[in-house]
Amino acid sequence: MLARDEDILKAAEDWRKAGRGVAVATVIETWGSAPRPVGSNLVIDDQGNFLGSVSGGCVEGAVVTEAIDVIGSGKPKVLEFGVADETAWNVGLSCGGTIRVYVEKVD
Amino acid sequence: MILRLDALSTLNSERAARRAVAVVTDIASGAQRVVKAKDVAADPLRDVLEKHFRSGKSGIEEIEGARVFLTVHVPPPKLVITGAVHVSQTLAPMARMLGYDVTIVDPRTAFATAERFPDVKLIAEWPDIALPPLGIDRYTAFTALTHDPKIDDPALLHAFKSDCFYIGALSSKKTHAKRMARLKEQGASDADLARIHSPIGLNIGAVSPAEIAVSIMAEITARLRQPAGAAA
Repeated sequence: MLARDEDILKAAEDWRKAGRGVAVATVIETWGSAPRPVGSNLVIDDQGNFLGSVSGGCVEGAVVTEAIDVIGSGKPKVLEFGVADETAWNVGLSCGGTIRVYVEKVD
Repeated sequence: MILRLDALSTLNSERAARRAVAVVTDIASGAQRVVKAKDVAADPLRDVLEKHFRSGKSGIEEIEGARVFLTVHVPPPKLVITGAVHVSQTLAPMARMLGYDVTIVDPRTAFATAERFPDVKLIAEWPDIALPPLGIDRYTAFTALTHDPKIDDPALLHAFKSDCFYIGALSSKKTHAKRMARLKEQGASDADLARIHSPIGLNIGAVSPAEIAVSIMAEITARLRQPAGAAA
Protein backbone atom coordinates (compact mmCIF):
# COMPACT_ATOMS: atom_id res chain seq x y z
CA MET A 1 0.00 0.00 0.00
CA LEU A 2 1.02 3.61 -0.14
CA ALA A 3 3.22 5.47 2.29
CA ARG A 4 0.31 7.28 3.86
CA ASP A 5 -1.25 3.98 4.93
CA GLU A 6 2.03 3.08 6.57
CA ASP A 7 1.80 6.26 8.63
CA ILE A 8 -1.73 5.36 9.70
CA LEU A 9 -0.72 2.02 11.22
CA LYS A 10 2.34 3.65 12.78
CA ALA A 11 -0.02 6.17 14.36
CA ALA A 12 -2.13 3.29 15.74
CA GLU A 13 0.97 1.83 17.38
CA ASP A 14 2.13 5.21 18.73
CA TRP A 15 -1.32 6.16 20.05
CA ARG A 16 -1.68 2.85 21.88
CA LYS A 17 1.82 3.09 23.35
CA ALA A 18 0.89 6.57 24.58
CA GLY A 19 -1.94 4.96 26.54
CA ARG A 20 -4.89 5.87 24.34
CA GLY A 21 -7.71 3.42 23.58
CA VAL A 22 -7.30 2.57 19.88
CA ALA A 23 -9.20 0.68 17.18
CA VAL A 24 -8.25 -0.08 13.58
CA ALA A 25 -10.89 -0.28 10.85
CA THR A 26 -9.96 -2.10 7.64
CA VAL A 27 -11.88 -2.37 4.37
CA ILE A 28 -12.15 -6.14 3.87
CA GLU A 29 -14.54 -6.38 0.91
CA THR A 30 -15.92 -4.06 -1.73
CA TRP A 31 -18.60 -4.49 -4.39
CA GLY A 32 -19.30 -2.21 -7.29
CA SER A 33 -17.79 1.23 -7.26
CA ALA A 34 -16.03 1.72 -3.92
CA PRO A 35 -13.95 4.76 -3.13
CA ARG A 36 -11.11 3.06 -1.21
CA PRO A 37 -9.54 -0.31 -1.99
CA VAL A 38 -9.57 -3.43 0.17
CA GLY A 39 -6.90 -3.06 2.85
CA SER A 40 -7.47 0.66 3.45
CA ASN A 41 -7.30 1.65 7.11
CA LEU A 42 -8.92 4.11 9.46
CA VAL A 43 -7.44 4.44 12.93
CA ILE A 44 -9.64 5.73 15.74
CA ASP A 45 -8.94 6.61 19.38
CA ASP A 46 -11.30 6.65 22.35
CA GLN A 47 -11.75 10.42 22.04
CA GLY A 48 -13.02 10.09 18.48
CA ASN A 49 -9.79 11.31 16.83
CA PHE A 50 -9.15 9.50 13.58
CA LEU A 51 -6.62 9.19 10.79
CA GLY A 52 -6.90 7.63 7.33
CA SER A 53 -10.10 6.61 5.56
CA VAL A 54 -12.18 3.65 4.53
CA SER A 55 -14.47 5.44 2.11
CA GLY A 56 -13.05 8.86 1.38
CA GLY A 57 -15.43 10.54 3.81
CA CYS A 58 -18.86 8.97 3.24
CA VAL A 59 -19.13 6.66 6.25
CA GLU A 60 -16.22 7.59 8.51
CA GLY A 61 -18.53 9.21 11.06
CA ALA A 62 -20.44 5.96 11.58
CA VAL A 63 -17.24 3.90 11.67
CA VAL A 64 -15.79 6.17 14.36
CA THR A 65 -18.92 5.75 16.52
CA GLU A 66 -18.80 1.97 16.15
CA ALA A 67 -15.05 1.95 16.80
CA ILE A 68 -15.50 3.70 20.14
CA ASP A 69 -17.88 0.84 21.09
CA VAL A 70 -15.29 -1.69 20.00
CA ILE A 71 -12.60 0.04 22.09
CA GLY A 72 -14.95 -0.29 25.08
CA SER A 73 -16.04 -3.89 24.55
CA GLY A 74 -12.89 -5.35 22.96
CA LYS A 75 -15.12 -7.29 20.54
CA PRO A 76 -14.38 -6.91 16.82
CA LYS A 77 -17.24 -5.98 14.49
CA VAL A 78 -17.91 -6.29 10.79
CA LEU A 79 -19.80 -3.27 9.42
CA GLU A 80 -21.43 -3.05 6.04
CA PHE A 81 -22.27 0.12 4.16
CA GLY A 82 -23.95 0.58 0.83
CA VAL A 83 -26.98 1.94 -0.96
CA ALA A 84 -28.51 -1.53 -1.13
CA ASP A 85 -28.39 -1.87 2.62
CA GLU A 86 -31.20 0.42 3.69
CA THR A 87 -32.31 -1.20 6.92
CA ALA A 88 -29.21 -1.45 9.06
CA TRP A 89 -27.59 1.85 8.28
CA ASN A 90 -28.79 5.28 7.39
CA VAL A 91 -25.46 6.39 6.00
CA GLY A 92 -24.60 5.10 2.57
CA LEU A 93 -22.06 5.43 -0.15
CA SER A 94 -23.07 8.04 -2.68
CA CYS A 95 -20.95 6.29 -5.30
CA GLY A 96 -23.35 3.33 -5.26
CA GLY A 97 -20.92 0.71 -4.04
CA THR A 98 -20.95 -1.48 -0.96
CA ILE A 99 -18.10 -1.94 1.46
CA ARG A 100 -17.53 -4.20 4.43
CA VAL A 101 -15.31 -2.90 7.21
CA TYR A 102 -13.66 -4.90 10.00
CA VAL A 103 -13.18 -2.96 13.23
CA GLU A 104 -10.87 -4.29 15.94
CA LYS A 105 -9.35 -3.00 19.15
CA VAL A 106 -5.58 -2.64 19.49
CA ASP A 107 -4.20 -3.90 22.81
CA MET B 1 -9.92 -11.22 19.53
CA ILE B 2 -7.92 -8.04 19.44
CA LEU B 3 -5.15 -6.73 17.22
CA ARG B 4 -2.22 -7.22 19.56
CA LEU B 5 0.07 -4.27 20.03
CA ASP B 6 3.14 -6.49 19.57
CA ALA B 7 1.71 -7.77 16.27
CA LEU B 8 1.13 -4.19 15.15
CA SER B 9 4.70 -3.27 16.14
CA THR B 10 6.07 -6.23 14.15
CA LEU B 11 3.96 -5.15 11.18
CA ASN B 12 5.25 -1.59 11.34
CA SER B 13 8.90 -2.54 11.78
CA GLU B 14 8.74 -4.94 8.81
CA ARG B 15 7.22 -2.19 6.68
CA ALA B 16 9.81 0.35 7.79
CA ALA B 17 12.52 -2.13 6.74
CA ARG B 18 10.91 -2.54 3.28
CA ARG B 19 10.02 -6.18 3.88
CA ALA B 20 6.66 -7.61 2.80
CA VAL B 21 4.38 -8.72 5.62
CA ALA B 22 0.81 -10.01 5.93
CA VAL B 23 -1.81 -10.14 8.66
CA VAL B 24 -4.08 -13.17 8.48
CA THR B 25 -7.41 -12.70 10.28
CA ASP B 26 -10.11 -15.34 10.69
CA ILE B 27 -13.23 -13.19 10.38
CA ALA B 28 -15.50 -15.45 12.45
CA SER B 29 -13.20 -16.01 15.42
CA GLY B 30 -11.02 -12.92 15.08
CA ALA B 31 -7.93 -15.15 15.42
CA GLN B 32 -5.03 -13.30 13.93
CA ARG B 33 -1.37 -13.75 13.09
CA VAL B 34 1.40 -11.85 11.34
CA VAL B 35 3.35 -13.61 8.58
CA LYS B 36 6.69 -12.21 7.45
CA ALA B 37 7.69 -12.68 3.81
CA LYS B 38 10.65 -14.87 4.81
CA ASP B 39 8.29 -17.31 6.57
CA VAL B 40 5.79 -17.71 3.72
CA ALA B 41 7.47 -20.78 2.19
CA ALA B 42 6.86 -22.77 5.41
CA ASP B 43 3.34 -21.44 6.01
CA PRO B 44 0.22 -23.63 5.64
CA LEU B 45 -1.37 -20.83 3.57
CA ARG B 46 1.71 -20.55 1.36
CA ASP B 47 -0.07 -20.56 -2.02
CA VAL B 48 -2.64 -17.92 -1.09
CA LEU B 49 -0.06 -15.77 0.64
CA GLU B 50 2.27 -15.92 -2.36
CA LYS B 51 -0.57 -14.89 -4.66
CA HIS B 52 -1.40 -11.86 -2.51
CA PHE B 53 2.23 -10.85 -2.04
CA ARG B 54 2.69 -10.92 -5.82
CA SER B 55 -0.35 -8.78 -6.55
CA GLY B 56 0.20 -6.56 -3.51
CA LYS B 57 -3.56 -6.71 -2.91
CA SER B 58 -5.37 -7.51 0.31
CA GLY B 59 -8.52 -9.63 0.20
CA ILE B 60 -10.79 -12.35 1.55
CA GLU B 61 -10.09 -16.04 0.91
CA GLU B 62 -12.22 -19.07 1.73
CA ILE B 63 -9.95 -21.59 3.40
CA GLU B 64 -11.45 -24.91 4.50
CA GLY B 65 -14.84 -23.30 5.01
CA ALA B 66 -13.49 -20.36 7.01
CA ARG B 67 -13.44 -16.80 5.71
CA VAL B 68 -9.98 -15.39 6.17
CA PHE B 69 -8.91 -11.82 5.52
CA LEU B 70 -5.35 -11.29 4.32
CA THR B 71 -3.97 -7.78 4.69
CA VAL B 72 -0.74 -7.62 2.72
CA HIS B 73 1.77 -4.83 2.99
CA VAL B 74 4.28 -4.81 0.16
CA PRO B 75 6.88 -2.04 -0.08
CA PRO B 76 6.54 0.37 -3.00
CA PRO B 77 8.87 -0.78 -5.77
CA LYS B 78 11.99 1.15 -6.67
CA LEU B 79 13.62 1.60 -10.05
CA VAL B 80 17.32 2.36 -10.23
CA ILE B 81 18.45 3.56 -13.67
CA THR B 82 22.15 3.72 -14.44
CA GLY B 83 22.44 6.14 -17.33
CA ALA B 84 20.89 9.59 -17.72
CA VAL B 85 20.28 8.81 -21.39
CA HIS B 86 17.50 9.49 -23.88
CA VAL B 87 15.52 6.33 -22.99
CA SER B 88 15.72 7.29 -19.31
CA GLN B 89 13.98 10.58 -20.02
CA THR B 90 10.75 8.72 -20.76
CA LEU B 91 11.48 5.64 -18.61
CA ALA B 92 11.70 7.70 -15.41
CA PRO B 93 8.30 9.48 -15.64
CA MET B 94 6.64 6.28 -16.90
CA ALA B 95 7.98 4.32 -13.93
CA ARG B 96 6.75 7.01 -11.56
CA MET B 97 3.26 6.74 -13.02
CA LEU B 98 3.44 3.01 -12.27
CA GLY B 99 4.24 3.76 -8.63
CA TYR B 100 8.02 3.32 -8.59
CA ASP B 101 10.44 5.45 -6.62
CA VAL B 102 12.96 6.31 -9.33
CA THR B 103 16.66 7.14 -8.98
CA ILE B 104 19.00 7.89 -11.88
CA VAL B 105 22.75 7.45 -11.54
CA ASP B 106 25.21 8.82 -14.09
CA PRO B 107 28.67 10.31 -13.36
CA ARG B 108 28.60 12.31 -16.60
CA THR B 109 27.40 15.72 -15.48
CA ALA B 110 26.53 16.70 -19.04
CA PHE B 111 23.90 13.93 -19.02
CA ALA B 112 22.74 14.04 -15.41
CA THR B 113 21.14 17.48 -15.42
CA ALA B 114 17.98 18.61 -13.69
CA GLU B 115 16.94 20.22 -16.96
CA ARG B 116 16.90 16.85 -18.72
CA PHE B 117 15.35 15.11 -15.69
CA PRO B 118 12.98 17.41 -13.83
CA ASP B 119 11.50 15.98 -10.61
CA VAL B 120 13.65 12.82 -10.60
CA LYS B 121 16.23 11.91 -7.96
CA LEU B 122 19.49 12.28 -9.84
CA ILE B 123 22.94 11.28 -8.58
CA ALA B 124 25.90 12.51 -10.67
CA GLU B 125 28.40 10.01 -9.24
CA TRP B 126 30.09 6.78 -10.28
CA PRO B 127 28.07 3.64 -9.49
CA ASP B 128 30.55 2.55 -6.79
CA ILE B 129 29.71 5.66 -4.81
CA ALA B 130 26.08 6.21 -5.80
CA LEU B 131 24.62 2.70 -5.62
CA PRO B 132 25.52 1.28 -2.15
CA PRO B 133 23.47 3.87 -0.18
CA LEU B 134 20.38 3.23 -2.35
CA GLY B 135 19.59 -0.05 -0.55
CA ILE B 136 18.84 -2.10 -3.64
CA ASP B 137 16.49 -4.86 -2.42
CA ARG B 138 14.08 -7.47 -3.73
CA TYR B 139 11.50 -4.77 -4.52
CA THR B 140 13.98 -2.95 -6.74
CA ALA B 141 14.27 -3.14 -10.51
CA PHE B 142 17.71 -2.29 -11.85
CA THR B 143 18.59 -1.11 -15.34
CA ALA B 144 21.94 -0.28 -16.93
CA LEU B 145 21.45 1.91 -19.97
CA THR B 146 24.66 3.86 -20.67
CA HIS B 147 26.29 1.50 -23.23
CA ASP B 148 29.55 2.47 -21.51
CA PRO B 149 31.36 -0.45 -19.83
CA LYS B 150 33.14 1.93 -17.43
CA ILE B 151 29.72 2.82 -15.97
CA ASP B 152 27.46 -0.17 -16.69
CA ASP B 153 29.88 -2.92 -15.61
CA PRO B 154 30.45 -1.79 -12.01
CA ALA B 155 26.73 -1.01 -11.75
CA LEU B 156 25.78 -4.54 -12.83
CA LEU B 157 28.37 -6.09 -10.49
CA HIS B 158 26.73 -4.17 -7.66
CA ALA B 159 23.25 -5.34 -8.70
CA PHE B 160 24.39 -8.99 -8.67
CA LYS B 161 25.15 -8.65 -4.94
CA SER B 162 21.50 -7.80 -4.25
CA ASP B 163 18.30 -9.82 -4.63
CA CYS B 164 16.63 -7.18 -6.81
CA PHE B 165 13.75 -8.67 -8.81
CA TYR B 166 14.89 -7.42 -12.20
CA ILE B 167 18.18 -6.62 -13.89
CA GLY B 168 18.12 -5.29 -17.44
CA ALA B 169 20.92 -3.98 -19.61
CA LEU B 170 20.65 -2.17 -22.93
CA SER B 171 22.75 -3.66 -25.74
CA SER B 172 22.78 -5.69 -28.91
CA LYS B 173 23.39 -9.44 -28.73
CA LYS B 174 26.97 -8.87 -29.84
CA THR B 175 27.85 -6.23 -27.26
CA HIS B 176 26.06 -8.27 -24.60
CA ALA B 177 28.32 -11.26 -25.32
CA LYS B 178 31.36 -9.04 -24.87
CA ARG B 179 29.92 -7.64 -21.68
CA MET B 180 29.30 -11.10 -20.24
CA ALA B 181 32.94 -12.02 -20.93
CA ARG B 182 34.14 -8.84 -19.20
CA LEU B 183 31.89 -9.35 -16.17
CA LYS B 184 32.99 -12.96 -15.84
CA GLU B 185 36.62 -11.82 -15.74
CA GLN B 186 35.64 -9.52 -12.90
CA GLY B 187 34.20 -12.38 -10.87
CA ALA B 188 30.53 -12.64 -11.94
CA SER B 189 29.14 -16.19 -11.89
CA ASP B 190 27.04 -17.81 -14.61
CA ALA B 191 24.03 -17.49 -12.29
CA ASP B 192 24.71 -13.74 -11.98
CA LEU B 193 24.95 -13.32 -15.74
CA ALA B 194 21.75 -15.30 -16.29
CA ARG B 195 19.88 -12.66 -14.28
CA ILE B 196 20.51 -9.98 -16.91
CA HIS B 197 17.63 -9.33 -19.31
CA SER B 198 19.36 -8.43 -22.54
CA PRO B 199 18.29 -7.34 -25.09
CA ILE B 200 16.33 -5.34 -22.55
CA GLY B 201 12.53 -5.14 -22.63
CA LEU B 202 9.75 -7.23 -24.13
CA ASN B 203 10.04 -7.82 -27.86
CA ILE B 204 7.34 -5.47 -29.14
CA GLY B 205 9.32 -4.01 -32.01
CA ALA B 206 10.08 -0.83 -30.08
CA VAL B 207 11.89 1.80 -32.14
CA SER B 208 11.76 5.19 -30.42
CA PRO B 209 13.23 5.83 -26.95
CA ALA B 210 9.70 6.11 -25.50
CA GLU B 211 8.69 2.78 -27.06
CA ILE B 212 11.82 1.16 -25.64
CA ALA B 213 10.81 2.55 -22.24
CA VAL B 214 7.37 0.92 -22.66
CA SER B 215 8.97 -2.44 -23.46
CA ILE B 216 11.26 -2.14 -20.42
CA MET B 217 8.42 -1.24 -18.04
CA ALA B 218 6.30 -4.09 -19.47
CA GLU B 219 9.12 -6.55 -18.78
CA ILE B 220 9.67 -5.17 -15.28
CA THR B 221 5.93 -5.41 -14.56
CA ALA B 222 5.87 -9.03 -15.72
CA ARG B 223 8.79 -9.89 -13.42
CA LEU B 224 7.12 -8.11 -10.51
CA ARG B 225 3.67 -9.65 -10.91
CA GLN B 226 4.07 -13.05 -12.53
CA PRO B 227 5.32 -16.11 -10.69
CA ALA B 228 8.90 -17.09 -11.52
CA GLY B 229 9.00 -19.15 -14.70
CA ALA B 230 5.81 -17.71 -16.21
CA ALA B 231 6.29 -16.61 -19.81
CA ALA B 232 6.93 -12.88 -19.98
